[in-house]
Amino acid sequence: MDGQHKKEKNKYSIIVPTYNERLNIGLIVYLIFKHLQDVDFEIIVVDDGSPDGTQDIVKQLQQVYGEDRILLRPRPRKLGLGTAYIHGMKHATGNFVVIMDADLSHHPKYLPSFIRKQLETGADIVTGTRYVKGGGVHGWNLMRKLTSRGANVLAQTLLWPGVSDLTGSFRLYRKPVLEDIISCCVSKGYVFQMEMIVRASRKGYHIEEVPITFVDRVFGSSKLGGSEIVEYLKGLAYLLVTT
Amino acid sequence: MKHIVKILTLVVAITALWIGLLQTSIIPRSHTWLLPIYFVVSLGCYGLLMVGVGLMNFPTCPQEALLLQKDIIEAKEYLNQKGVDVSSS
Repeated sequence: MDGQHKKEKNKYSIIVPTYNERLNIGLIVYLIFKHLQDVDFEIIVVDDGSPDGTQDIVKQLQQVYGEDRILLRPRPRKLGLGTAYIHGMKHATGNFVVIMDADLSHHPKYLPSFIRKQLETGADIVTGTRYVKGGGVHGWNLMRKLTSRGANVLAQTLLWPGVSDLTGSFRLYRKPVLEDIISCCVSKGYVFQMEMIVRASRKGYHIEEVPITFVDRVFGSSKLGGSEIVEYLKGLAYLLVTT
Repeated sequence: MKHIVKILTLVVAITALWIGLLQTSIIPRSHTWLLPIYFVVSLGCYGLLMVGVGLMNFPTCPQEALLLQKDIIEAKEYLNQKGVDVSSS
């Protein structure tokens, strides 16, 4: 295949939803530019009205890197993750969309492997997985690991999704594919990520995986309480009867 | 086909097989009656085993946390030079 030739034309829109990430947004932008040097890309920051001045930092970053490379597309207040992606996508000019968290639990150094995997396989979606060789998690206690494994085994047994990491949110999509699946997803939080990948799998889209590592810096921030577990089980039941 | 239908079809097929075994008495009835219990127990064991194996082989990456700290220091230096405010407050 003419992989090299194709690479010229591809453009990647990296959508980063933020809320109170004034420090991390600068760090992640620096790391994205460091690791994606010969790739055409733009970063779309969807900020949900952070009171800590995240948007001021983004404007400073625009001065450094250029307003055509970093797009600030704020919203007035917290309006949810799914709509943040839709909002960001409206302003995306690339033919591929990358979604990642702003808190540095997703490291931009993996972006080249997402792009390479897509070029090699022609996949519609490349999803980062923590649960294969080369991947991993740092900063989780035993309880967090236990719930994560339990949730994963339950979902694998009941849903047969064909993907090893359902709740990860570091993914690369063909833009039309993301537009197609996001319009029929209604869940929130962890379940939203799971619904996206399960619906994509059911629709027969070609999904590939690459290993990523996940560093939880704010220890205990992703602690799963009882209400999250109930939400997860509800989400699982919802996906069982609707997909 | 909704996924729940697939699973229910599987359950119905297994139940039909079981009833068939009860009717034909290929194996003693007392054994056949216990089969569903064995089935549920083995399903539970499978789940526990998978969680246990997953937990034992849970991939961790402490070195990544250190590398990230280095990257953060490097990024802060660069951004400071460029006049971007990277103070943590």
